[in-house]
Amino acid sequence: MHNRFSMLIVAAVFLAACGSSGNAAATSPAATPSPVPLSGNLSVFAAASLTASFTALGTSFQAANPGVKVKFNFAGTPTLVTQIEQGAPADVLASADTTNMDKLTAEGFTAGASLVFAHNLLEIVVAPGNPKGITGLADLAKSGVIYISEAPSVPAGKYSLQALKSAGVMVTPKSLEASVTAVISKIELGEADAGIVYTTDVTAAGSKVAGVQIPAANNVTATYPIVVVKGTTNAAAAYAFTSYVVSATGQSALASFGFLPAT
Amino acid sequence: MPIVVLVLAAIGAAFFIVPLLGLIVRSPWRDALTALTAPETLEALKLSLFASLTATAAGLVLGVPLAWLYARVEFPGRNLLRALTTLPMVLPPVVGGIALLLAFGRRGLVGSWLNTTFGFTLPFTTAGVVMAETFVAMPFLILTVEAGLRSMDRRYEEAARTLGASRWRVFTRVTLPLIGPSLFAGAVLCWARALGEFGATITFAGNFPGVTQTMPLAVYLLLETNQEASYILSLVLLLVSLVVLVGLRDRWLGSA
Repeated sequence: MHNRFSMLIVAAVFLAACGSSGNAAATSPAATPSPVPLSGNLSVFAAASLTASFTALGTSFQAANPGVKVKFNFAGTPTLVTQIEQGAPADVLASADTTNMDKLTAEGFTAGASLVFAHNLLEIVVAPGNPKGITGLADLAKSGVIYISEAPSVPAGKYSLQALKSAGVMVTPKSLEASVTAVISKIELGEADAGIVYTTDVTAAGSKVAGVQIPAANNVTATYPIVVVKGTTNAAAAYAFTSYVVSATGQSALASFGFLPAT
Repeated sequence: MPIVVLVLAAIGAAFFIVPLLGLIVRSPWRDALTALTAPETLEALKLSLFASLTATAAGLVLGVPLAWLYARVEFPGRNLLRALTTLPMVLPPVVGGIALLLAFGRRGLVGSWLNTTFGFTLPFTTAGVVMAETFVAMPFLILTVEAGLRSMDRRYEEAARTLGASRWRVFTRVTLPLIGPSLFAGAVLCWARALGEFGATITFAGNFPGVTQTMPLAVYLLLETNQEASYILSLVLLLVSLVVLVGLRDRWLGSA
């Protein structure tokens, strides 16, 4: 008796799960922000380097729109793009580069044009106190320095390669990590001595790491575009969120995390 | 036969079979050979084979004595020790990777000593991959071998002892041959689990082609750059696992 009952519960939960994923394909027409109070869930897929800043933006957006529940999925940009291509229910995508964004747009997964909302610069991340005495990109190739990078498919990894190339530095990383946050955590843990990440990541990690600036001549400016994903089930909230990110309020919040303004 | 049970069983079976079908249907078969013989693939395959076989060897050397201890010696805390040494079977592999970092990483409990004494660090090395795989896979071997030891007829060991064989000789010449099938099953399960290891490896050993990038890591990163190739590599891993499970069914699950 008990067994049959629990089996039915499992089946019901399973069927309910099937049903909810089935109607994600329904598309809503593009909508502009309406005066009607916003509501429902908003699923924002954002690059790993936006973890701290977007979490804060989400909180203030929810405070301004009490009916909306913002949920974030932070990962390396290519991971997010793959997830959206495979039908993950995203309403908004904030990418750490234009290449991945353009790819998704070309494949028809975005609603309307993307908006650039921030820029970022690269910085060398090292352990607090810079024990290996790293002063610039050339020092990453020194013997005894364990340098790790992001995989070339991750925007930060691609930018790192550009920066190293422009400085004429040849260095083989010990590991190609899947995201910026993975590089930072290996520096924090002391497993690696140096990596190249965004300035904002060094700021966000606080006293757990230190940063070494990369001169403007060799630095690469990362461009962050944001877009509403086609097939969003909450278009009103999605457009409101992207507008909020590029608004004066959103921009000053991003600036407080070290991002450079969109324009 | 109650119809409800049949229907639920069918749903249950479909739940496992449909994802496999998806992989098979969506794989670009025409490009399979190109994807399989690409230098990066071969490198990952070679590393995976080496690391998983080494992990299995390490599992045999360290795991069989543990299994023997659990099956033959009554001591306080035996159940707790068994639970601790088989924990990675249920632990998320990433957690295993973090634990390994905190123990054997450059600043870890043992790792910092290794580093200062021998100038030797494990993360970002193939040795690190082998450790991560052994950590996750060895419990399968321990449990299989322990079951084999418990179910074997101990009178052969006693007979050998009364005939004057030393304990070590009995162990190597009587016990081990008698549990041969369990040893084999345990080793194959351990190897298959090591071959598929992802979370602990990427966390503890990192990811670099030819050094620490095993097949599952290559599949994960290829999904973002070359999806077709990642489907093909996934299929290879899937076929290996399937062959192992079908081949072992009688030993591991008991004959149907």
